[in-house]
Amino acid sequence: MSNQPRFINVGERTNVTGSARFRKLIMAGDYDAALAVALEQVQNGAQVLDVNMDEGLLESEAAMKTFLNLIAAEPDIAAVPIMIDSSKWSIIETGLKCVQGKSIVNSISMKEGEAAFLQQARLCRRYGAAVVVMAFDEDGQADTVERKLEICRRAYRLLTETVGMPPEDIIFDPNIFAIATGIPEHDGYGVAFIEATRQIKQEMPDVHVSGGVSNVSFSFRGNEIVRRAMHSVFLFHAIQAGMDMGIVNAGQLDVYDDIDPELRERVEDVVLNRRADGTERLLEIAERYRGEKGRAAAKEDLTWRERPVEQRLEHALVRGITTFVEADTEEARAKSVRPLDVIEGPLMAGMNVVGDLFGAGKMFLPQVVKSARVMKQAVAYLTPYIEAEKQAGDQSNAGVIVMATVKGDVHDIGKNIVGVVLQCNNYKVIDLGVMVPTEKILETAKREQADIIGLSGLITPSLDEMVNVASEMRRQKFALPLLIGGATTSKAHTALRIEPAYDQGVVHVLDASRAVGVCSALLSDGGRGAEFRQTIASEYADIRTARAGGRKVARVPIEVARANSRAVDWTAYTPKRPTFLGPRTVDDITLADLVDRIDWTPFFRTWELHGTYPRILEDAKVGEAARSLFTDAKALLQRMVDEAWLTPRGVAGFWPAGRVGDDIALYTDDDRETVLTHIRCLRQQVPKREGQPNDCLADFVAAADSGIPDYVGAFAVTSGAETDAIARRFEEANDDYNAILTKALADRLAEAFAERLHERVRTTHWGYAPDEALPNEDLIRERFQGIRPAPGYPACPDHSEKTGLFRLLEAEARTGMALTESFAMTPGASVSGWYFAHPEARFFGVSRVERDQAADYAARKGVDLETVERWLSPVLGYDPSAPDQQAA
Amino acid sequence: MQTPEERIAALCAAAKTRVLVLDGAMGTMIQNLKLDEAAFRGDRFKDWDWDLQGDNDLLNVTQPAAIRKIHDAYLEAGADILKTNTFNGTAIAQADYGMQAAVGDINRMGAELARAAADAASTPDRPRFVAGAIGPTNRTASISPDVNDPGFRNVSFDELVVAYREQATALLEGGADIFLVETVFDTLNAKAAIFALMALAEETGRTVPIMISGTITDLSGRTLSGQTPEAFWHSIMHARPFSVGFNCALGAAQLRPHVAAIARVADVRVSAHPNAGLPNDLGGYDETPDETAAHLAEWTDSGLVNIVGGCCGTTPDHIRAIAQAVKGKRPRTPPGLPRRLRLSGLEPFVAVA
Repeated sequence: MSNQPRFINVGERTNVTGSARFRKLIMAGDYDAALAVALEQVQNGAQVLDVNMDEGLLESEAAMKTFLNLIAAEPDIAAVPIMIDSSKWSIIETGLKCVQGKSIVNSISMKEGEAAFLQQARLCRRYGAAVVVMAFDEDGQADTVERKLEICRRAYRLLTETVGMPPEDIIFDPNIFAIATGIPEHDGYGVAFIEATRQIKQEMPDVHVSGGVSNVSFSFRGNEIVRRAMHSVFLFHAIQAGMDMGIVNAGQLDVYDDIDPELRERVEDVVLNRRADGTERLLEIAERYRGEKGRAAAKEDLTWRERPVEQRLEHALVRGITTFVEADTEEARAKSVRPLDVIEGPLMAGMNVVGDLFGAGKMFLPQVVKSARVMKQAVAYLTPYIEAEKQAGDQSNAGVIVMATVKGDVHDIGKNIVGVVLQCNNYKVIDLGVMVPTEKILETAKREQADIIGLSGLITPSLDEMVNVASEMRRQKFALPLLIGGATTSKAHTALRIEPAYDQGVVHVLDASRAVGVCSALLSDGGRGAEFRQTIASEYADIRTARAGGRKVARVPIEVARANSRAVDWTAYTPKRPTFLGPRTVDDITLADLVDRIDWTPFFRTWELHGTYPRILEDAKVGEAARSLFTDAKALLQRMVDEAWLTPRGVAGFWPAGRVGDDIALYTDDDRETVLTHIRCLRQQVPKREGQPNDCLADFVAAADSGIPDYVGAFAVTSGAETDAIARRFEEANDDYNAILTKALADRLAEAFAERLHERVRTTHWGYAPDEALPNEDLIRERFQGIRPAPGYPACPDHSEKTGLFRLLEAEARTGMALTESFAMTPGASVSGWYFAHPEARFFGVSRVERDQAADYAARKGVDLETVERWLSPVLGYDPSAPDQQAA
Repeated sequence: MQTPEERIAALCAAAKTRVLVLDGAMGTMIQNLKLDEAAFRGDRFKDWDWDLQGDNDLLNVTQPAAIRKIHDAYLEAGADILKTNTFNGTAIAQADYGMQAAVGDINRMGAELARAAADAASTPDRPRFVAGAIGPTNRTASISPDVNDPGFRNVSFDELVVAYREQATALLEGGADIFLVETVFDTLNAKAAIFALMALAEETGRTVPIMISGTITDLSGRTLSGQTPEAFWHSIMHARPFSVGFNCALGAAQLRPHVAAIARVADVRVSAHPNAGLPNDLGGYDETPDETAAHLAEWTDSGLVNIVGGCCGTTPDHIRAIAQAVKGKRPRTPPGLPRRLRLSGLEPFVAVA
């Protein structure tokens, strides 16, 4: 079900009527502890926080005001909207005067007649709040489908027509009552709610439906197993009917499919009122579950818990188990003279085992990152004790490493993994994050007396930025080594461009598993690492010599390449006019639509697990690590989808287009008289065998003067702007594993979005392949008509073309995506590109660009040659600093 | 002479075809006059017990000719919309000078001054408008002034509603076409203003367009009270404002991402009146008219804004350059947004359909 409604999870523990613990705290005036309850709710994923102070012995207005004012001072709690919950209007209004955000009022109803209802609804408008409306009128609470509907219809009319409330700000609560009470009239209550929900959503599709789920199981108080099963079964059916919000304690729910089938069937009988003896039959088996605190945990081997604490910590580190970390750390601390001994003793010993196993290829990256999570949480536990002793001083470490993703670039998954791995090996890592300016990197390195600086980047302009950092290090007379890493970096580029700019040691690090080896070699023999540096320097010098000597690879002049362009067949193909022209926002694709489009192979590669999905799961060497990673990834993905963590945004558009030389002119409309902009394309200059063309993307578009009306499309998509904030939350909880997992999944979801949208473009929006129906396998292998090349990638290697692409699409205003000064897209998990429809359109690599084409390209783009040479530096076939031989 | 309804219609029509230009800083212009205590007091308050130098809004009453001159200079520079000199015109802000009782006069006369100037400069093709400036007051409804007592507040929502209501009533009497709730650093203050304006509209039957302009106080990209631009928009969208946007605190270069953020989510017009750069060591502003104008022109080209102008440090020369730079450019087309439940805390929340 791709259109399954998304359930809004309202945190319910800050409710004095629902939580005895919270009531006690408020009655005792212990607001600090009460705030901790609120924080816990938010951290456990409550998207809205319900606050209720309805207690006879309490000055409820004052309590509401105090608590909401205090929440306002806690950014981690105040992040989410508040549901101001009371049966008394005066308490609600007190709450409304305290919150700057847009809240939900819970609730108003017509129980005191229309006049009071309208008055309160108008005030909700003025305060700017959404409202929960109870199905309650002058005659009482509605218990049948008919009454529920009648009241909701009437309220809807009054709210939308008289008060001017937008329908999406209305949340109906059609009353969940207890079932299986033994009173036959109650048997239909569950069905009545579910059916009313279905009809409300049908008649009034923009409203929401909510309810207090725990009511339904009231008659089974004290029997947690049965209650949880009832909640899950009830929600399962109510959500399918359209219920999309609920006050639910997520801890009190079971996964529908995991409920004991016999129990599930009998619970289903009472919830759906399927048989007259349903209640009796449920009671029959209910006794079996009484007293059990919860579903027995999966049979887990816990024999390791019987070992001494040092071994338990080692086991937890190697297996990445956080469950007992605080208790074990405490036990170790109690046994030690100083808290620091725990870190330097058992924890480091455990991490050494992890390091050895990783080095020996017996552990893999995802497992190491999980180990690091255990380590971090143990250290976080010990930190206050260490500080209390005021003996913290400088912990000994293997070296200080300052890391950063360079200015203009936002990609950091690889860098974060390297950071975690280095920390596991006792390096002190100072991670400056993304888009870090040179000055900040160098200042930090000086202040922290760093031993090594590490730079990362994913897009090609970052290579230049790295050269800048290197030059600046030379100018400021730095003496420490520089590490280079990231997807576009290479040993060749490092040798040819970066090392010549800085002579105190520059090393390209291929992947995280090499990082520790490189760092320890660099810092050996008292930090000089002379031997290693010498080896690297001579290796890079060889690369330069080989490149200089080997520059005999012939390249053809651009005019010759153009004369050999692809003879695309325009007789057998008539371009189709897209169904619309100009940009159009894509906002109806949800995470759930993307999950089955994920191409998992690159996901595993991110974690340095190499192999093709799904075979990698059975791989003899990495299969176990891959399976465990895959399980964690799927679970996190499920949460991302269920709780709508990310909001995918996208835009696609089409324009009349015609080829002009190596460029593509885009026109404002079908008259093809006014040129909107040009797509500038580059052409292969390698000499080709007979019959093989020198390709250029422009060749896939009909010539402007051919009389054939052709079109080109463009798109930009992101899986959501929320990723960074979510990852940061995980990092703050010392959980780098989930932080990196989140980012890696967001990247895959963005790619999946691009795939999904491309399919829709082919079948619908452009519609040149309306009958296409391909399984995901074929989609991944790109067995379809048309291509979607991305600026910055081999067929169009100039990242700066994204500027025009974004402007055409109005991408910034429509999707929130933006470009950095180096043309990296933000959010990081984003994809953009062009659409070409011709059946012969294919991917190719432009490969090396010669000076003649670069000069021509610069003229066409209206920028100077130097700028173009900087943009194209990774694909230049010549050394821009060398004299132009042809010109001489 | 047009009726208020005709002027509102003209305003909406003008906003469709071009980027409207707000005037620039009032405070900067007043500072340049170097008025002394006696000038601030004028005749009417020559024996007042409190020092009055610095009560800029009072100049509407004591030095009306000086204020009129500033309005005229901005109109001559090309401003479409004048902001009245009433930024601190609530009883709460005027309490610093013991001037609560003069609030009616300050606002009414402030609006009259701008009205007269705008009417004199209006032509049938090019009407000029008056926005009654409603500032944030000097207190925050959702932040405690006492770090040791985070639950404490030195102003209540109800007090703010009363003060804003009094100010708005007088601005309307004096002939304001629009209400401009500006420099919002605490969204709860703005919500109190909106509450007062909605109540006023219902009781008088007059629908007055409301412009709402928040302030991102630092480079973290949040308001002083901690909201992101999107969360801010969700908090005030119930006002169905004529426009939403940002002003003050930052220069155009730093403000751009936040304006872009709100332009993305708001289905109404977007306004921006940045400072002339970030303040220098002496608290002055160094950005030249051409620099400010170049930023705002680029925003217009990028489809981010409908209304542009200046805040602290901007002068008639800035407004002239801005008006020139955006002349003939297409205003932003507000996006149509799907119906979704939109809520906020410090962060925005959008229900998924």
